[in-house]
Amino acid sequence: MNKIISKDFLSELVFRMVIEAPRIAQSRQPGNFIILRVDEHGERIPLTIADANPEAGTITLIVQIVGCSTRKLSRLEAGDFLSDLVGPLGKATHIEKSGTILCAGGGVGIAPLYPIVEGHKKAGNRVVVVLAARTKDLLILEQEMRQQADEVIVMTDDGSYGSRGLVTQGMEQVIQREKVHEAVVIGPAVMMKFASMLTRKYNIPTVASLNTIMVDGTGMCGACRCTVEGKTKFVCVDGPEFDAHSVDFDEMLRRLGAYKEEEVKAYEAYLEQLQR
Amino acid sequence: MESSQEYLASERAQTWREDLRKSVKAADRTKKERVKMPEQDPDVRNKNSLEVNLGISEAQAIAEAQRCLDCVTPTCITGCPVNINIPKFIKKIESGDFAGAAKVLKETNALPAVCGRVCPQEVQCESQCFYVQKMNKPAVAIGNLERFAADFERESGQISVPEVAPRKGIKVGVVGSGPSGLAAAGDLIKMGYDVTVFEALHEIGGVLKYGIPEFRLPNVMVDVEIENLRQMGVVFEPNFIVGKTASLDTLRAEGYKAFFIGSGAGLPNFMHIPGENAIGIFSSNEYLTRVNLMGASRPGYDTPVLKGRNVAVIGGGNTAMDSVRTAKRLGAERAMIVYRRSLDEMPARKEEIHHAMEEGVEFLCLHNPLEYLSDDKGRVCRMKVQQMDLGEPDASGRRRPVPREGSEFLLDVDTVIVSIGVSPNPLISQAVPGLEVTRWGTLVVNPDTMQTSIPDLFAGGDIVRGGATVILAMGDGRKAAAGMDAWLKEQNI
Repeated sequence: MNKIISKDFLSELVFRMVIEAPRIAQSRQPGNFIILRVDEHGERIPLTIADANPEAGTITLIVQIVGCSTRKLSRLEAGDFLSDLVGPLGKATHIEKSGTILCAGGGVGIAPLYPIVEGHKKAGNRVVVVLAARTKDLLILEQEMRQQADEVIVMTDDGSYGSRGLVTQGMEQVIQREKVHEAVVIGPAVMMKFASMLTRKYNIPTVASLNTIMVDGTGMCGACRCTVEGKTKFVCVDGPEFDAHSVDFDEMLRRLGAYKEEEVKAYEAYLEQLQR
Repeated sequence: MESSQEYLASERAQTWREDLRKSVKAADRTKKERVKMPEQDPDVRNKNSLEVNLGISEAQAIAEAQRCLDCVTPTCITGCPVNINIPKFIKKIESGDFAGAAKVLKETNALPAVCGRVCPQEVQCESQCFYVQKMNKPAVAIGNLERFAADFERESGQISVPEVAPRKGIKVGVVGSGPSGLAAAGDLIKMGYDVTVFEALHEIGGVLKYGIPEFRLPNVMVDVEIENLRQMGVVFEPNFIVGKTASLDTLRAEGYKAFFIGSGAGLPNFMHIPGENAIGIFSSNEYLTRVNLMGASRPGYDTPVLKGRNVAVIGGGNTAMDSVRTAKRLGAERAMIVYRRSLDEMPARKEEIHHAMEEGVEFLCLHNPLEYLSDDKGRVCRMKVQQMDLGEPDASGRRRPVPREGSEFLLDVDTVIVSIGVSPNPLISQAVPGLEVTRWGTLVVNPDTMQTSIPDLFAGGDIVRGGATVILAMGDGRKAAAGMDAWLKEQNI
């Protein structure tokens, strides 16, 4: 049982939760994730750790409401308890001093990007961040990123904030301007696919963090498997970060839709239940 | 110690045992037929998740116990990996002292209700029974009697908590709460250590919970045994991954003097054939975990599982049988075993194969998948299979399957469950530098003490064996507990 310390909404569908988890707050590293269950009948949901406070013994999660389980989670308040929380899971981000790092985050993918930006800054790298959102109201963590990064470029699909355009346009602008030694891309699978196509064109080593379907998160089930360089890998123990140029994003996209029908049905039933 | 000749002889010489032996003539005992385990009707049980075996009655148990000759040399015990005093518990049943029988079981076995259900007794204790060895008759139904005694105790509500030694004030950790970990924890707490069991999942029980289905081992049986350990003083920490949540060094600094590692054989194997990552293709671990641990298909639970109409399970082990019978229960029209050798080579227990056949599972023996094809949404829709012939025996002693040229054909499937074995979970070896592993990734241990290359770490179960049975894992856990106890005493800890 883990106590929720605070909860606030960053946008209509994205909320931030600070949760008591003293051991994880101590041992987590950038790139790690946790798995939680909201209640006794809940699914195991994998979520990347956005931040942690070892002194206070808390971790921060940033979650987008996409279905039944995340909606249930969003309804918990400070003082409530999660049924289960386990972690930190996955391999930590490989961070070393290498020069200029281009970090691109799309949508709620900006949250897992945050500790990576922080880590690269600590290692002494120059970090340029490109944040992308559909519209201004959906942009998260801009101020936090500005405090860490050397530069933050904001892109919105509708031009309501920052520059109008896709994440790749913001990235290309940086690549054409200065030497980029490494890129990190985190966001929806489609965004990562196109962002990594761009960096491949410029021969920039690129890391993507994959958010596949998982059950146990410890290598036991293989629900999260993906193809990297023609070989099957388990995102939970071999990842979640991989060489973006070797990931089969099309397969990943298909596999993410495995339970689409069930998910929609469950969400509709849950929303109906809430209205009753 | 418990199994030493003198101890067994002195136990056997007790008056109540002698009187009991005299009460029925041996010739009359051997004339009795082995009692048959009552079962749910196949056409009913393949639509529900209730237990297949219903358990024997008190009268049946006493009748079966009377078959046991209480041999001078009880060879059955040599077939038991945890050295249960088999004649003693059976004679307790014969005398009508069912609770006493359960007590005997718990002297050496932390999980009798589990073992009575899932142990392959036919190749262990029962294979060494006098009836089999010398008389060419069916063995005394030791497994059914074990289950009976454990069930009687549970249903009576008067569960005996085994005695534990006075606390030594020494902390030890157990990594993993599957059968080996629970067995180790049970012995260590009896010896007087402060035992904490760390479990990665949210439920205690390991494979007993996520792997073995309700119809073979109801979760409540496992919970009762866990509660028993809790009452003896074992502390359980779910949602705790040793090496991740906290490192071994952190735990050592917190006062843990030694650890037993029973983290199991976590990683499911795949065949790495084209199309294997299509939607609808699972490992048996994923499929069974969704259904058994996460409650998929039960009302009120959030975790989904794809229910197939045409389900193929690849493999011929007990896990394959569990998977295919689960698929049948979830409503599959065709639930098929696809296995590359013949029925004779199948590693699953005969009882499980028999039950699966009764329930309407189809067996495509001497068939091997080559490739999976999927529809426009990425869901598997067909598999290409090849027929096989049996050639010469291979290293395992089983006849090697040889592909039959030109025999390939397409089979309609919408769900495939790959059940071809597991590899050891790498989390521990990744987290502990210097831990010696074999080239298969299993941990290297001293076979007498179960000590690893790092002195304060002991290990057993599938992380050492690479994939075995519940009872062998439990035997390892007991041996490791003894090894750890001896080592701690040597260190003057």
